[in-house]
Amino acid sequence: MALIEVKNLSKIYRDNDIETIGLDNINLKIDKGEFVAITGPSGSGKSTLLQVLGCLDRPTSGSYLINGKNLEKFSDNELAHIRNNIMGFVFQAFNLLPRLSVLDNVKLPLIYSGIKEPKRTEVAQKMIDLVELNHRTDYLTSRLSGGQKQRVAIARALVNNPKIIFADEPTGNLDSKSGEIVLDFFQKLNKWGHTIVIVTHETYIAQSAKRIIQINDGKISSDKIVQDRKIAGKGDLIK
Amino acid sequence: MDLKDIFKMAMIGLVTNKVRSILTILGIVIGITAVTIVTSIGDSAEGFILGEIENFGSNSAFVIPGKGDFGESSILTDSLRDKDVVALAKKSNVPDANLIVPFVFGPATVTYDSEKFYTSLLGASPGNKDIDKLELEEGEFITNEDVVQKSSAIILGSKIKEELFGYSDAVGEKVKIKNKSYRVIGVLMPKGQSLFVNYDEVAIVPYTTAQQYILGYDYIQRIVITASSADKIPGLVRDIELTLRDSHDIDDPEDDDFVVQTAEDAAQTIGTVTSVLTIILASIAAISLVVGGVGIMNIMLVSVTERTREIGLRKALGARNKDILSQFLIEAVILTGVGGVLGIIFGSTISFIATIAIHHFTGFDFPFSSPVSGALMGVVVSTAIGFIFGIYPASQASKKSPMEALRYE
Repeated sequence: MALIEVKNLSKIYRDNDIETIGLDNINLKIDKGEFVAITGPSGSGKSTLLQVLGCLDRPTSGSYLINGKNLEKFSDNELAHIRNNIMGFVFQAFNLLPRLSVLDNVKLPLIYSGIKEPKRTEVAQKMIDLVELNHRTDYLTSRLSGGQKQRVAIARALVNNPKIIFADEPTGNLDSKSGEIVLDFFQKLNKWGHTIVIVTHETYIAQSAKRIIQINDGKISSDKIVQDRKIAGKGDLIK
Repeated sequence: MDLKDIFKMAMIGLVTNKVRSILTILGIVIGITAVTIVTSIGDSAEGFILGEIENFGSNSAFVIPGKGDFGESSILTDSLRDKDVVALAKKSNVPDANLIVPFVFGPATVTYDSEKFYTSLLGASPGNKDIDKLELEEGEFITNEDVVQKSSAIILGSKIKEELFGYSDAVGEKVKIKNKSYRVIGVLMPKGQSLFVNYDEVAIVPYTTAQQYILGYDYIQRIVITASSADKIPGLVRDIELTLRDSHDIDDPEDDDFVVQTAEDAAQTIGTVTSVLTIILASIAAISLVVGGVGIMNIMLVSVTERTREIGLRKALGARNKDILSQFLIEAVILTGVGGVLGIIFGSTISFIATIAIHHFTGFDFPFSSPVSGALMGVVVSTAIGFIFGIYPASQASKKSPMEALRYE
């Protein structure tokens, strides 16, 4: 059974009776352990697809199954539960809370899943160690560099041990070196068994994934396995 | 997510915008301060007035000429006469009467040489010494004989004595009122201001003398009758009413041309009046609370818009609608709650200083009334305002779709 399966998925935006098609009849399966890059020109619908797959937005029509369960009838609260427990998110703009410490930012998903102290701190600290920021645990995130911020975001995405991690242009706001470090983490996480879906418009970043889905005008225009995969951490990815 | 987490999040939200938070609660602080001051001073005033009435005698009854609760146009009503005093003095009519004290009062100008003192005159009976709790610095009080003979004896309040005579002796000297000479037979001890009269500035002559030579009428303005104890008052009042009706040939109590009041009646009436006044003033002050509440709602709405991305992020990370709702609601409640507590502290402090100032400047024995019930009310009301005016912005926050919120610039 596929981890994620969407059938005939469409998303139409309505604004003052003007319809804009975001996604047009998407059919897609993603299995456990995959590393998928969704690419396409800007406005193609790749981010929309990620938002629908990440339960941040509901499709206009079509079905969406996670682990075989159809999400169509799920309430907002049930979707929140799925985002909290099954999914992790990494955004282009990091989306950390600037007035909170690194530790408190990483703890945030645990608060919503009801994990109590001291377990909360223990788990969050482990993730901070994993992204090699243990010397910054008590720093306010506003004082970190872009690369460090994105590593905090990765730690936060991992803290509930999600089955799948969605990343929307995770290197878009980073210099190439920091970007490579971030990609290195994604490849490692994938190696450890996490499923990863990454949205990017940069071909060389897509090349670090195992599978590339190309979106054009809301439709999948190609879906192929990466032949000549780039491995981060070897200077391979720097333009 | 438990309450502690919600509180921590709300606090972070508020501390992030310290200046704004402080300005936001100002309306609530001022409102609760005003309500606290009004209720506290109102209680103090009521306590003070009741104390004065109690002081006047809980085992006395007052006979006032006229109709209605306080005797309508009582000063001009001439229904009480000497024959009533005689009737009331009969043991068979009012067996429980201890002292019967008729008196009159009015303005008068006391002159000594070229010095003048404009004052209030008390046309007294010997019993006034007891019921008004007067003490003499020197000399003596008027006697029954003075009353019967309409003698030209006068007793001066301490301030009049000082103004007219300075440090020299007054007793035995002559002063003039309306060109008639009066012999000073006594000087009162300084007593200070009480609610009804300032005895330091009062001149006392026998009431019969005052009627004939100064005021120019022959009726009586008040008769105070005391009983040996407070529990005899109901019987005393009844006896007085029956005696006076008999003396005035009245059959129907509706036609009474006099009123018998007790300290308890007066206390009740005044208690009602001050309570109503306090409620009215507090309600006016409470309007500022509504204004403060609207201010909170306004700022919370701005805050919700500003923090759209934060809301989106929290939702993406698994926050349910009610988690967001409670976070913003608790922010509003903390704001108003803190505002309420500050208001109570400021209000109590100002009331406390005010009572001291009133005591200092008027000499009234004005008690500070710690507004415990007012404080509890203040906390409850301000918290409720947080809920009422916070619920709309909070629900706006909770309804944001996570994706829309994340995309918000």
